Amino acid sequence: MTTETTVRTPLIVKDLKVYYHTRRGPVKAVDGVSFELNRGERLGLVGESGSGKSTIALALMMAHKEPARIEGGSIILNGSNLLDDNDEQVRLRRLSEIAMVPQGALNSLNPVMRIRDQVIDGLKDHNVSMSVGEFNGRVAELLTSVGLHPDVASRFPHELSGGMKQRVSIAIAISMNPSVIVADEPTSALDVVVQKQVVQTLRDVQERIGAAAIMIGHDMGLMAQFASRIGIMYGGKIIEIGPVANIFQNPRHPYTRLLISSLPDTRSKRRLQGIPGLPPSLLRPPPGCVFHTRCPDAMDICTQDIPITRELDPNRFAACHLYGDQDGKEVVL
Amino acid sequence: MTTETVQNSASTNGSELLLRADNVSKTFVAGTFRKHYTHALDTVTFSVPESPPTITAIAGESGSGKTTLARTVLGLVEPTSGKVIYRGNNVAEMSRAQHAEFRREVQVVFQDPFESYNPFYKVDHVLRTPIRRYNLASSKSEADGIVEEALRTVGLRPEETLGRHPHQLSGGQRQRVMVARAVMLKPKIIVADEPVSMVDASLRATILETLRAMNQDLGISILYITHDLTTAFQIAENIIVLYKGRVAEAGSVESVINDPTHPYTQLLVSSIPQPDPETQWGREQETRDEDEIPLTGCNFYDRCPLRMDECTNADPPLYHTAQNRITRCYRYADSPVHLAPDLRSVFAETNPN
Repeated sequence: MTTETTVRTPLIVKDLKVYYHTRRGPVKAVDGVSFELNRGERLGLVGESGSGKSTIALALMMAHKEPARIEGGSIILNGSNLLDDNDEQVRLRRLSEIAMVPQGALNSLNPVMRIRDQVIDGLKDHNVSMSVGEFNGRVAELLTSVGLHPDVASRFPHELSGGMKQRVSIAIAISMNPSVIVADEPTSALDVVVQKQVVQTLRDVQERIGAAAIMIGHDMGLMAQFASRIGIMYGGKIIEIGPVANIFQNPRHPYTRLLISSLPDTRSKRRLQGIPGLPPSLLRPPPGCVFHTRCPDAMDICTQDIPITRELDPNRFAACHLYGDQDGKEVVL
Repeated sequence: MTTETVQNSASTNGSELLLRADNVSKTFVAGTFRKHYTHALDTVTFSVPESPPTITAIAGESGSGKTTLARTVLGLVEPTSGKVIYRGNNVAEMSRAQHAEFRREVQVVFQDPFESYNPFYKVDHVLRTPIRRYNLASSKSEADGIVEEALRTVGLRPEETLGRHPHQLSGGQRQRVMVARAVMLKPKIIVADEPVSMVDASLRATILETLRAMNQDLGISILYITHDLTTAFQIAENIIVLYKGRVAEAGSVESVINDPTHPYTQLLVSSIPQPDPETQWGREQETRDEDEIPLTGCNFYDRCPLRMDECTNADPPLYHTAQNRITRCYRYADSPVHLAPDLRSVFAETNPN
């Protein structure tokens, strides 16, 4: 069973719940999130600040820290649940099975270590044994694969530009050919030109090693360029998920619809329309649908019942009472 | 002394000038023994008329000099050469009274709505301080009225905003409070330095619309400093694209962004991640050859995919390629050289509405 899942669906997240425990009660940052990721697929998880997207990234890497705790659900990576593993097992699976491209490469690299040693460090940490020459060869190969000159190996991080540092982070992330790459806002501090290069590099290496990738961010433009599928997060839940073209052309959830129509483009000048209201408190989320306080289509039921996620079209899911009476297949979370 | 300069240059369309950056350069010097010079801003000249109110975008990547230009215009950075003239007076030589007026009439909205606040004070403090400083109200109730009106102008409900601490507001609300604070002083011009880059997408549109309303309804001119060409396109009439402190291209925002002529602007525009999966990024790559940075000539040479031998001879002038368009590139050497230093002479006229 595992071999088949390993090949086709390296990541299955089911009903994941991550709460931050505060004195005032649990903050439900991720509250019942489910999705699957197939080999070679690129999923974009989009959301505003406070939607829970970065907490998902941390949980997938099992890098969440107190007061955050995983309260329930499962993270099935290559057929086995990460949540059942002990610390040492998790450590070994990081980088080799699931690797992260962090948000600020600007400070995620060790400033007093040469790039070569930082790349080799990860390999040695996973008991890869090679001769010095073989290590150097592997480093050169990795750097070349992300579009850097092999000479970069002997440099220190401060000698590199922001884009080069982020490429180094990508090289480290793919150094053990993981089946899942998690990129959390990988270009947030970079200029547009460099941003494009870094995202294209990420896409190239992901395709080359056949990994699945999750990119987390708030920039719908970047998602449209990178992802094959998009999940929209709001208030700790995925409220809509589907193929990227489909989501942009025919958003079904009112939040997605408003989000997409609020995006400025360079085609025609128009009146820009934001989404009125504020994101929900995750400490005391509103009853019913988390979006009902801002939703132009809210009905009575929305203030009472939490909408179930339904498959509206093949591969197209949304959690909204607007589609309650339709024949959409209910997805049990 | 300074009035003379203004009168010489005041008349592209006969109206008075509100603000003029005249041949402004700024060089930062680092190092004690081996000096390292950074030319953050290199002979930039543009102006903002007294009327009609305009929105001008100043765009570029980090290191383009856009923030230095904003800070120079605000009088926070003194230019190494050149001058900033506000209503006929050199900002660097203003009397106390003139400077106080300048500080009230030229307002700023910064990028990070968190950093502009002292977390220990309530939001009210941010709004009441300028009222006290500029004696805008003679009584407490009058001050309350001014504050509440300013908040309503930017689409905030006073009862939901006042009495709160900054962390109790969203990023978008905090940024709108900063706009409210600026508006309260009835400024002539607002310098908005990346006002939406830290704000979530759903609130970005609201803040841009607020700025647009300030411009159209209250007649406030806006300098919109940004790295984001998409929002510049939506809000501004004209745009100045800076590269390493030099003006690379300028003109009406529609023509510059929909039909960029300078290879740098072309690179920027093709790098915009369009929120449309059907419009995929082009694959063209820039060249970047750090060994080939010439000592003379075009400052974009090392990155330019279209570079020619003559580009290293001398810094290209600005060529007038079309109506409302100038570009600093030898590929347009057949076009007339743009002689008027003030970029405003090529700008498209503002629509009255």
